[in-house]
Parts: sequence; structure tokens; C-alpha cells
Amino acid sequence: MNPAPLAPACAALLRRDLTLAWRQRGDIALPVLYALIVSTLFPFALGPDLALLQRIAGGAVLVTVLLAMLLALDAMFRSDIEDGSLEQLMLSPQPLAPMLGMKILAHWLTTALPLIVIAPLLASLLHLPAVVMPVLLLALLLATPLISLLGAVLVALTAGSRRSGMLLALMLLPLCVPVVIFAAGALAAAQQGLPWIAPIAWLGAALALAVVLAPLACAAALRIALDS
Amino acid sequence: MTAAPPATPLLEARALCFHRQDEPVFGPLDFCLDAGELTLIEGDNGSGKTTLMRILTGLLHAEDGELLWRGEPLHRDRCQGEIVFLGHQLGLKSELTPRENLRVAIGLHGHREHGGIDAALAEVGLAGYGDEPVRRLSAGQKKRAALARLLLVPSVLWLLDEPYANLDRTGIELVNRLLADHIARGGAALVTSHGAVSFHGGEPQRIRMHS
Repeated sequence: MNPAPLAPACAALLRRDLTLAWRQRGDIALPVLYALIVSTLFPFALGPDLALLQRIAGGAVLVTVLLAMLLALDAMFRSDIEDGSLEQLMLSPQPLAPMLGMKILAHWLTTALPLIVIAPLLASLLHLPAVVMPVLLLALLLATPLISLLGAVLVALTAGSRRSGMLLALMLLPLCVPVVIFAAGALAAAQQGLPWIAPIAWLGAALALAVVLAPLACAAALRIALDS
Repeated sequence: MTAAPPATPLLEARALCFHRQDEPVFGPLDFCLDAGELTLIEGDNGSGKTTLMRILTGLLHAEDGELLWRGEPLHRDRCQGEIVFLGHQLGLKSELTPRENLRVAIGLHGHREHGGIDAALAEVGLAGYGDEPVRRLSAGQKKRAALARLLLVPSVLWLLDEPYANLDRTGIELVNRLLADHIARGGAALVTSHGAVSFHGGEPQRIRMHS
């Protein structure tokens, strides 16, 4: 008998989720299309005022990307609960938290990463000054995994209830607000030529905390959700 | 059933009861399961067979009664990797092929020393279907793909919830053969069924559940 070590188990799970995402590529395209449409509509709605667009570009892209991420959020554990994969995961001799961490990582790679890749395009549609672009990407690289991790905890908490969408949205709002404030703060500072490292460092600190704690909270919440 | 029974049974239930919102689902139940033993759980629809199974996996907690694994209270940390559960939800990803599904199961649960994925697929009668997405397989073939997992991952106790559902006559034979092999290796199994079942190698212990 060869009990499975942790690292290959993580790799197997990550590969499974990425393969599944690749087989259902249409689902990945949806948030990207949504973000593209929203960013295209902004100039039409606000008029071709360059100064105005430049001022709001950073915040608009940030909010668009975070909202686009939420589209795919509640599907994070749904199919696994429905087809019994989550039960099998819980019964495997692996610690549940790192396994769920892998699932969150796979979710981030398949929903947030494509959005970050097109973020420069969205930003240039709104005439974001080129000097702010690196700060925008840095803020997104820290803010999107944070939203994935916080969102995963909430999805796990609401997994047991039938109509969880409404509850999820209500619970997610207060957790999104600080993330948006810090990320937008960094963008605003960069746009005015001020030092922007402090809000980014706060995001980084929050991310470090969430990477450790969120999978643990997820594991506890999902065990409760399945214990009914 | 050749060896003398060990001092502590593998799995023991003492006055096990389960209530859902103060409605009794089943119980009190008392039973013992030793290595090399097969137990059949019989009961009508809604008599709590699946609930009992989920309690035995440790996913669900029973408020009353005791459940002992090797003489100590059953806890997921103690029995992890020793119990394999096959329920109504087969735990197969429909977008993946049986081969990919089994590879994930091996990654998570570990690999028994002998036998590869191809041998296991051939054993359950899915030779040639290994690279077909699971969603294109019939219900019986999906069940067989899930049964192949039992052949590949190391385990002591098999918890099979309605393993005969959706299977044809050769499939039922297959389940009986897998169970007989597992028992002969010194494993134990709990099997639920609402129909009459005949096993190879002797009469199994029976637990009757009433609703």
C-alpha cells in the first residue's frame, strides 16, 4: 500500500480542475466578455471627455474586474457537491484545507488571470495614463486572489442552503469594500504622482493572512455544510 | 472467515441513533464488523440506509450512541484512507474520462501495489471506454467506472451504498466477485440493498432497518 503524499495529491487536484476548466472553455470566456462589454459601454454612457475618463479609468477597471470575478464565484464548489467529488475529497487521507486551497488556486487561475491579462486593454479603452498601468496590474494581482479566497469562504458557508446567491451577494459586499478601497487608493495615489506602496502593502498583508486562514475556514464550513 | 476474530472489532456500533429535526430516522442499532466480514444492510426506501452510510464515513454525526473504529471513537483523522465510500453520487467528473477520474482518485487516495488503471478498467468491463468522457457513458457504465476505483485505491473497509443499482446481471456478478476478493484479502465491507442479494462464499451478516 502506498499512501498518497500531499504534493502529488495537490498536483492531481489542480490538474483535474484546470482540465475541467479547459474542457468548459465557454465558462471562462463569460467573465472576460462581461468585463469587455462593461468597459466599452463606459465611454458611450459618459461621453468622450478625455479628462473624465482618465480620472475614473483606474477605479472603473478595478470594479469591473472584481464584479466579473463574482460571476463565476458561486460555481466554485457547486459541481463538486452535486457529483459527490467533494465527499470523496473529504474521505481521502489528505488534509482538506490545502486541497481546497488548490481548488481556490485553480478558480483564480481560470477566472481572475484571464481578466488580469485583458486589464491593460480595458484600461486603454478608458485612456488610463500609461504610468498608472503597472500599479493597476499590481493591485489586481493582489486584490483578485484576495476576493477569490474571501469569496470561497462565503461560498463554502452558503453551500448548504438552497438559494445561496442572494445571501452570498449580501455577505460579499462588506468584504469587497476594503479590498476596493485599498486598491483604488493605490491607483489614485499613482495617478497623482504620490507614493502608492502603502495601500499595496496592506493588500499584500491581507492576502498573506487570507492564504493561510481562508482554506481552513473553507474546510470547516464545507464539513458543516455536508453534515446535514 | 478463517482467522479467529481479533479482540477489538474493526467497526462497532452501540445503540446508534440518528434524528433529523427531532424526527427519528433510525436506531437504536447495534452491530459489529470484523476484518474479513461482509455485512448487508437491508431496509425499505427511506429507512435510513444512506444516512447510516454517511454516518459511518464520518461525514455525518450521530447524536446518540457510540461508533467505534478499532476500539476508539470513529473520527475522520483515525480512519482516513482506510474507508472507501461509494454512494449514489459516484464522485466522477462527467467532463473527464474514466482514466482521468481514476488518476485523480489515485492521486488523492494513494495506489494499491498491484494493478494499473488499464487492468482495473478491463476488470470492470470498461476496456475500450477509458478515454470516453464519463457523460457519454450509460448509468451502468458510470457505476462500473466508480467500481474500478475500489480496485485501485488502498482500503480496509468498503462502504457500498446500493452498489447493484443500474447494473445488469454481469455487473451484479462483478460486484459480488469484487466483494468476495476484498473479503478474501482480509478487508471488510458494508453493503446496502433493498433487494434480495446472494453473495459468493457464505451467508453475510444482515442488519435490518425499519422506518
